[in-house]
Amino acid sequence: MRRFAILLAAAGAALGLTFAAPAWAKTIRIGIITTYSGPLAPPGISMDRGLTLYAKLHAKDLPKGVKVRIIRRDDTGIAPATAKRLAQELVTRDHVQFLAGSVYSPDALAIAPLATEAKVPFVVMNAAAADLVRKSPYVVRDSFTLWQVAMPMGEWAAKHGMGDAYTAVSDYAPGWDAEGGFIAGIKAAGGKIVGSVRFPLNNPDFAPVLQRIKDLHPHTLFIFVPGGPQSTQMMKTFNALGLAKAGIHLVTTQDLVIDSELPKMGNIPLGVVSSGTYQEASKRPANRAFVAAFQKAYPGSIPDFPAMQGWDGMAMIFRVIRQTGGTFAPAQAMAILSHYSTTNSPRGPFHIDPATRDVVENVYIRRVEKLKNGQLANVRFDTFPMVSDPWAKMHPQK
Amino acid sequence: MHQALSAAISIGFFGLAYAMVLYLISVGLSVTLGLMGVVNLAHGAFAMFGGYAVTELMARAGLPFWAALIAGVVLVAAGGAVLERVLYRRLYGGDELDQVLLTIGLVFMSLAAARFGFGTLDQVFHPPPALAGTITIAGRSFPTYRSFLILSGAALVALLWLGLDRTRFGAMLRAAVDNPRMAEAVGIDTGRLFAVSFALGSGLAALGGGLGAEILPISPAYPVQYLVDFLTVVAVGGAGSIRGPFLAALLLGISQTAFLYFWPASGSFFIDALTLGLLMWRPRGLVPAA
Repeated sequence: MRRFAILLAAAGAALGLTFAAPAWAKTIRIGIITTYSGPLAPPGISMDRGLTLYAKLHAKDLPKGVKVRIIRRDDTGIAPATAKRLAQELVTRDHVQFLAGSVYSPDALAIAPLATEAKVPFVVMNAAAADLVRKSPYVVRDSFTLWQVAMPMGEWAAKHGMGDAYTAVSDYAPGWDAEGGFIAGIKAAGGKIVGSVRFPLNNPDFAPVLQRIKDLHPHTLFIFVPGGPQSTQMMKTFNALGLAKAGIHLVTTQDLVIDSELPKMGNIPLGVVSSGTYQEASKRPANRAFVAAFQKAYPGSIPDFPAMQGWDGMAMIFRVIRQTGGTFAPAQAMAILSHYSTTNSPRGPFHIDPATRDVVENVYIRRVEKLKNGQLANVRFDTFPMVSDPWAKMHPQK
Repeated sequence: MHQALSAAISIGFFGLAYAMVLYLISVGLSVTLGLMGVVNLAHGAFAMFGGYAVTELMARAGLPFWAALIAGVVLVAAGGAVLERVLYRRLYGGDELDQVLLTIGLVFMSLAAARFGFGTLDQVFHPPPALAGTITIAGRSFPTYRSFLILSGAALVALLWLGLDRTRFGAMLRAAVDNPRMAEAVGIDTGRLFAVSFALGSGLAALGGGLGAEILPISPAYPVQYLVDFLTVVAVGGAGSIRGPFLAALLLGISQTAFLYFWPASGSFFIDALTLGLLMWRPRGLVPAA
């Protein structure tokens, strides 16, 4: 009996230590779980660069005596079990005060319940599944949902003579969301869908799928693939099959024409219209400063939307630390995070809706153009101001 | 009617291009299995390194496509010959578990080597400018590179079959596949023959990997990702057969393309069902080796 009591006391002390830690710690530990290795790593590495750069450049703005320690963990791709284990370790062993990162929604969905259990704010810096923010009151997202980005694209297409569209998306949750958002958008603006296809995510060859679309010859084609190497593969196949020459108009989300892959595509994507939340070529001063700092820190690389989301997510965490002097309870941190608002992100203005803890931001309609220096870039020519996630509005929480 | 015709042309064209790549890669596997009785699970690695040679030599050393392709084939064939002398020949006629252990070990080594040497991402393959874009035949446009794949694949297949039919080496190879002991008894140096045909098979795999880099993107996962396809071609075609795998590659390439064309979401399931059915019907393959 006595041994049991000692054990209990020890356990209690350990627990107390865990949760009391924020009260005296002046090193704020931030656990980053993102994809650092494997074929799906490029957006994860980009995100890490963005958040690391922000932390480095703004370390001087932290309250006196407060330091930030970033603890990085590699979820290796779409691997929910791994992400969950890593989150558990970060919470119980490293006593992190923030969790952040997550390129892929299945990973973020696995982490969310742990954030609730441990009362650790979880800043999602990319994962785009619409319902993710509902999985835990400790989740806050600074990226986007595919409904949010694809629906304006559908509306824009229908209003600009591209109202007869075919959709082709990768067969996994973000692809379904992109398809759903685009179709809802095009229908809302009076257009119609002539056909839809979903192709396997791990498809080695897009040619048969695109050839069928070419044979059917729709006026407009909406494509979604995850941003990264598949973007280049898809654009190359689109070109090799001559769909543009056949008169099929391509519209897409920022994933297919992600800024960091454009240099690998040659002149192929010239003229492609897409919807997105960020363009590297934007002349906004906050963005020029971000791009300059990024290219100085990582010569030869181009910041893209995951990099920007990493940067902004870290800015949100830094605001919590600065406003509280580095001493805060989880609820306090969540209050600051979910009321976050800025006009000075590289993407432009954005804020978090305190009711949903999800991001509200501009969705830009852009076209791939050749800049004076000969490089291709997404150039904005239309804006849907301050869009919030349409899926959440259409599916109110009971 | 017009639509059905255009679908048939599309499926035939893309299926044929895919089948050529599958056949070039798999024929070597069929020979090693039939001739030496070795289940070479590492065969895909030869194709992968052929692909890396092409993409890397083009991107980093600035070699033209043809030079990179030839260099890749020579390098991989030489590597294959060395591996045959050092490792594979110990397995001839040996225990199948030993074969699987050794060759799966080689697969893992090749994965790690590729990851270490070239990173984890898919290689970006750009066809040479002369083969980029589309060509128009009878009012229909076709991707130039895949048209080239079909033509060069057909030429290579013809060359290979003629060579095996008409040359002394071909006759020796066929004799050794049919009856190795008798072949040895009449004075054929089977050791040398094995080494040469192993190198030839590896070289062909490298050629298929390099030429097919547009269809099967090169990444460190390559030897595992497509192993099932290569094994299916050999199993359905008939292990040890030279022509059987061609039939099987055509069948697999065209049916896979057709499923991707009409029902991309559920295609792979039907391919597996088709393979199962074919093997139940002809367990030793479409064209069993004698």
